[in-house]
Amino acid sequence: MAFEGLTERLQNAISKLRKKGKISEADVREVMREIRLALLEADVNFQVVKDFVKTVRTRAIGAEVLESLTPAQQIVKIVNDELTKVMGEEAVELNKSDKIPTIIMMVGLQGAGKTTTLGKLALKLKNEKKARPLMIAADVYRPAAIDQLEILGKSIDVPVFSMGTDVSPVEIVRKGLELAAEKKNDYVLIDTAGRLQIDELLMDELAQIKTLAQPDEILLTVDAMTGQNAVEVAKGFNEQLDVTGVVLTKLDGDTRGGAALSIRAVTGKPIKFIGQGEKMTDLDVFYPDRMSSRILGMGDMLTLIEKAQQDFDEKKAQQMQEKMRENSFDFNDFIDQMEQVQKMGPMEDIIKMIPGMANNPAIKNLKVDPKDIEHLKAVVYSMTNEERENPDLFNPSRRKRIAAGSGRPIHEVNRMIKQFNEMKKMMGKVSKGNFEGMEGMFGNGLSGKLAKMSMNSMARKNKKRKLKRLKNKKRRK
Amino acid sequence: MGFFDKLKHVFSGQEEDKQTVEEQKYEKGLEKSRKTFGDKLNELFANFRSVDEEFFEELEEKLIEADVGFETAVKISEELQEEVKLRNVKDKKDVSNAIIEKLVSLYEAEGTTEDNSLHFSQNEPTVFLFVGVNGVGKTTTIGKLAHRYQQEGKKVLLAAADTFRAGAIEQLVEWGRRVDVEVVRKPERSDPAAVVFDAVRKAKNENYDILLVDTAGRLQNKVNLMNELGKIARVITRELPDAPQEVLLALDATTGQNALTQAKQFKDVTNVTGIVLTKLDGTAKGGIVLAIRNELHLPVKLVGLGEKMDDLRDFEPVEFVYGLFNGLVEAPKEEN
Repeated sequence: MAFEGLTERLQNAISKLRKKGKISEADVREVMREIRLALLEADVNFQVVKDFVKTVRTRAIGAEVLESLTPAQQIVKIVNDELTKVMGEEAVELNKSDKIPTIIMMVGLQGAGKTTTLGKLALKLKNEKKARPLMIAADVYRPAAIDQLEILGKSIDVPVFSMGTDVSPVEIVRKGLELAAEKKNDYVLIDTAGRLQIDELLMDELAQIKTLAQPDEILLTVDAMTGQNAVEVAKGFNEQLDVTGVVLTKLDGDTRGGAALSIRAVTGKPIKFIGQGEKMTDLDVFYPDRMSSRILGMGDMLTLIEKAQQDFDEKKAQQMQEKMRENSFDFNDFIDQMEQVQKMGPMEDIIKMIPGMANNPAIKNLKVDPKDIEHLKAVVYSMTNEERENPDLFNPSRRKRIAAGSGRPIHEVNRMIKQFNEMKKMMGKVSKGNFEGMEGMFGNGLSGKLAKMSMNSMARKNKKRKLKRLKNKKRRK
Repeated sequence: MGFFDKLKHVFSGQEEDKQTVEEQKYEKGLEKSRKTFGDKLNELFANFRSVDEEFFEELEEKLIEADVGFETAVKISEELQEEVKLRNVKDKKDVSNAIIEKLVSLYEAEGTTEDNSLHFSQNEPTVFLFVGVNGVGKTTTIGKLAHRYQQEGKKVLLAAADTFRAGAIEQLVEWGRRVDVEVVRKPERSDPAAVVFDAVRKAKNENYDILLVDTAGRLQNKVNLMNELGKIARVITRELPDAPQEVLLALDATTGQNALTQAKQFKDVTNVTGIVLTKLDGTAKGGIVLAIRNELHLPVKLVGLGEKMDDLRDFEPVEFVYGLFNGLVEAPKEEN
């Protein structure tokens, strides 16, 4: 997940302050230097860093911080506020035309991920807005770019308009729009060839397409791993085409993603989507406030809850809770849980959304191999129905059989049964509202994973608490 | 300062007549890199009257802005700070000289044992494996390289082992058609290691000179995908014990600090022997070359300087540094 490095450095800088009851101007300066380095290391544009640090410093040196009882928290709050501000305060919706079709055009450097993002966006529109999009393949330069879009189109069942590579892109777009008008498509997505922002000839071609298509949305696709250059790219495209939004791709890498901070600050154009995975559904709306919480290691419960709601089967979750309360959780449910959680995405990403977990040193290097879960499943599948429902049955001979059946070593089977029992115990506690002993569960490898199974209920509880907290806050005001 | 002197020679025009097409190409490709890097530093010198804390902070920023890598930038700035104190330098010109000396010597020191050439097998087919994250230009590089070796009269085979991304196989096949080179392929979603196995077999049995293996782009933090790369490399080595002769990591020159993590992680799973720096014509920096040397100790072997088929070049360190520091070395020269 992006931004970890930044989070860590900021946390370090600020934890130094946390030990002090009262801080001096010198302390603030020290922290600012750390913040500055952290941001620079994260590839945030140096000019943006400068402005950012200046703003934070001015606010931090103000009386409100130095004289407050919790200066460290105050600074975190300021940094959080300002980060959110730099990235644009709120999530920005996709522009929509008053009458169909809404025309969206993708632009960017070579290899930024335009075609993939276009496919993802078409699928998103189709799923969430019941749209009937048409994709236009106007990249006639890169070999097989059209094939790529056509294959994508087939896999998500969205029509693609193409005319081969011998026709000019402008002509392709013209014909494509005619087809869209005829077929009454409500969204038209135009894929263009990657180009350098300094390539006048190709930039001019984009301008021509823009004049012709009058797109409602020109999305600049930027690789999140881009360095200082991101600003120049964004500036170049923005000046010539007046882009309307930005898509940040490949955020599922371990990049620190400073580009996200820079681009908005320099162009003033909102980041609308982020691409975080190889699957066609891995395109998410960009929430500046959530992202800055994530940078600061404050967790991202909102996204977590949303993910849970989106991917969890409501009825099953209900059943599960019932079972947990009755403490009749068995291996069948265990498998269900596994599958539910797996649907939410890579385990390590989910864990890091829980407040405080992003910085837990035990979690930091945690890599959960999806195969591990498959192995656990294999073990369960090798159990008889009776065994699954009654975990007390396991004697050595049964365990040996299961090991042989699942092709896993016997110690793994033993460990899993043991952990299952611990988990069951813990679930009993959790469902009674007792979180004691939870910290230990996130410690080492497997048990950490198992503990996640209880996340369903925890997320819900946390949400309730949050609401409560918010209410209290309001009351105090 | 042999290297430094050589640079001065080049700049003072003594070797101008020797400037080859190669150098011109570099100059053109790096026009943006050079201008910005050199000019930015000159600008910095012009802006500061005295050498103080703030100056070094500014210098740090300039270096980082040029993507020389965070660690490298801080290292340079700290070492300079020491040196300036030690020598009690006050004059701007001296500082400027010291900085350039530092950069050049740093560049030289890290690269003394570096081997920028590509290695070939004697009797058996030579295998180059290309790895890298998504969208850095692996397939394009292979297409260009295939063209080059085809022109040299070698028998070239390509393996389309990117069976994951939509259209990737077609992209390589199209390159194969353009440069008239055969491509080993299997349907989409088949096991990439199987494609590689077939390709290596074919290369062996039909006496190909060079096999270029394309792989799917993968982010370096995806454990399974990285393991898959390890498997591909093992398949090659099992069939041809000396292969792959080169495992080339394609890096996008516009990538920031993440380039370093990429190189580290890829190095862990496959024995990366060199770097292909792509899209170098698109960046205003090129400082990443310094970072790669200083922090990774991996030689850059090929650079992509443009879109055309012959825009893939062997990396010439001298020319590159020449491009990078041009305009900087000239200034002190006038003083002399």
